[in-house]
Amino acid sequence: MTTDSSKRALLKLAGLASLLGAAALAGCGKKEEPPAPAAAPATTASAPAPAPKPEPLKAAWVYVGPVGDAGWTFAHDQGRKAVEAEFGDKVATTFVEKVPEGADAERVIRDLAAQGNKIIFATSFGFMESMLKVAGEFPDVKFEHATGYKTAPNMRIYDAKFYEDAYLAGIIAGKMTKTNTLGFVGSFPIPEVLRNINAFTIGAQSVNPKIKTRVVWVSSWFDPPKESEAAQSLINGGADVLLQNTDSSAVLQTAEKNGKFAFGWDSDMSTVAPKAHLASCIVDWGGYYKKAVKDVMDGSWAVARTIWGVKEGQNALVKIADAVPDDAKKKVEEVKEAMKAGSFEVFTGPVVDNAGKERLAKDVKADQDWKDKVDFFVKGVEGKIPAAK
Amino acid sequence: MNEAALLIAATLASGTPLAIAGLGLLLNEKAGVLNLGAEGIMLVAAIAGFAAALSSGSDVVAFGAAAVAGALLAGVFGLLVIWLNTNQYATGLAVSLFGYGFSAFVGLEFVGKKLGERQPFEVPVLADIPFVGSALFKQHPMVYLAIVLALAMMWFLYKSRAGLVLRAIGESPDSAHALGYPVRLVRLAAVMAGGGLCGVAGAYLSVVYAPLWVEGLVAGRGWIALALTTFATWRPARVLLGAYLFGGVTMAQFALQGAGVQVSSQLLAMAPYLATIIVLALISRNPTWIRINMPASLGKPFHPGT
Repeated sequence: MTTDSSKRALLKLAGLASLLGAAALAGCGKKEEPPAPAAAPATTASAPAPAPKPEPLKAAWVYVGPVGDAGWTFAHDQGRKAVEAEFGDKVATTFVEKVPEGADAERVIRDLAAQGNKIIFATSFGFMESMLKVAGEFPDVKFEHATGYKTAPNMRIYDAKFYEDAYLAGIIAGKMTKTNTLGFVGSFPIPEVLRNINAFTIGAQSVNPKIKTRVVWVSSWFDPPKESEAAQSLINGGADVLLQNTDSSAVLQTAEKNGKFAFGWDSDMSTVAPKAHLASCIVDWGGYYKKAVKDVMDGSWAVARTIWGVKEGQNALVKIADAVPDDAKKKVEEVKEAMKAGSFEVFTGPVVDNAGKERLAKDVKADQDWKDKVDFFVKGVEGKIPAAK
Repeated sequence: MNEAALLIAATLASGTPLAIAGLGLLLNEKAGVLNLGAEGIMLVAAIAGFAAALSSGSDVVAFGAAAVAGALLAGVFGLLVIWLNTNQYATGLAVSLFGYGFSAFVGLEFVGKKLGERQPFEVPVLADIPFVGSALFKQHPMVYLAIVLALAMMWFLYKSRAGLVLRAIGESPDSAHALGYPVRLVRLAAVMAGGGLCGVAGAYLSVVYAPLWVEGLVAGRGWIALALTTFATWRPARVLLGAYLFGGVTMAQFALQGAGVQVSSQLLAMAPYLATIIVLALISRNPTWIRINMPASLGKPFHPGT
């Protein structure tokens, strides 16, 4: 029943299908950002008398996710765009997205260094060792690693104070909750995330001492259906204001469906769930990226560990909803001002963990080392940290 | 009491996409075709359904578009493996990878978009019964359709003539061919119908469950559905059971965590997989049953006239 001609037709069809597939696969590989119109070499080349221009500084970004993740990588890419907007044709930026942590990352970073990039940013913790290795091979290139802790003569690190956002969100949550139970959808029990849970809880307790926080771990940075399942179970258990440090807006949408409240994380998510959205905790990497590129341009680049927060405008709580009462808004504003003035530290003693042990003495302000090593829940958070012995 | 009702409700909602996709794949496999492309098909259909829901505002249109998208992609897979006799495993994997990349590519502009308001669905009268009402009768209609689908599948496979032909083709395509049945066409129809169901499952995730679009939204549920068919020894009721079991243990482990139970969350995260495999392996451990139910020609190419 299959004639030769229909076989040929099928073969053609199959060929077409595989071509399509190849095209789509190629489409999701490495993407070079087309140069900004102002810096387009084609236009300058065809100009009648091209003025001699200095070579643009080449800067590259390595992303762990897709720029369309509406979260972590998206925020970094906004920072890259801020650099382009600031320096115009004095910089040429490139990015490589969806780079797996591990051997591939090393290859990608080495490629970028070999292509003449003078400064390279790696935006995930797991790129640390890869970057360290390549940094040793290219002493003339400056390397910048986000959220890590290892440095080299030409490699430095930068981070943000997400817990300041979490604290401010906590103030609102403490005022909005009716059940005095908050929920947190966590990714992995690492210090970064524990700081956020603790800051969220302390912030809420600052306005409402009866606050309890329940935590559910999803063991993933990104799995929207699982995040909404976790959020649903927290809501079922009585939590009515949720925060998450996973990367999608699923928690917010689950809250919306259930008529509860939640916050946006990493980027402005106010449009995703207009009723549930109380505020968004955002991070703006643009300021640091501009500084870093400028440091290379004027030769002032030096090894450092830079952790910026609300004070430097890197973290912010934005788009506070109308549903939030004025006294909560006022309190947020006060704390924000104090953070900006540098007089407010989220982790100020006494900090007591949920087993009753004092972790920070009265009136002591936590130093960076203390914050790097957070391995406990504060009083008010229920349960134990899964990895703790 | 109320928490238990909510847990049951969440279980049904969580198991539904697995059940629908698993039943679709069961249909494929009963005809002798193993479609490892389920994950990719679900992803492509999820974005198709999401886009349709966004532009039309109607769930029905969304599920229709997703079913068509799933059936088309499954149809391409079907043409490749049924007529060109490409290796089913390799082709299925290629479809999965293609679906992942393609859905991410076309879905770029849909990231962060919001679907319109939807009215919560309740079964009239029954939803007002205390406990039972909030546990069972306040679900999206697709949840009930999944159960209807399982019943329909049982009837089709074991009671209808068409189902008998389909199973005969899955058992021995050569004999069916000798009897004059259009083996390739039936297989293609089964593959496309299965793809359509995977599509509906994908759209359930992006339109009802999450509801949003992001790259890789399906997050491995296509693979779980594939595994379910095998552990359920190709029987529709057990696929349904396995899907709810998986959904139930997933939700229960979150509920335990939320209640502050002192068990490592990594251990709890394994629980749905372990529980589903153990239960299905135990109830299906009869080797004769497995032999009888496993389609004998599963994954093997068919050359008419040899």
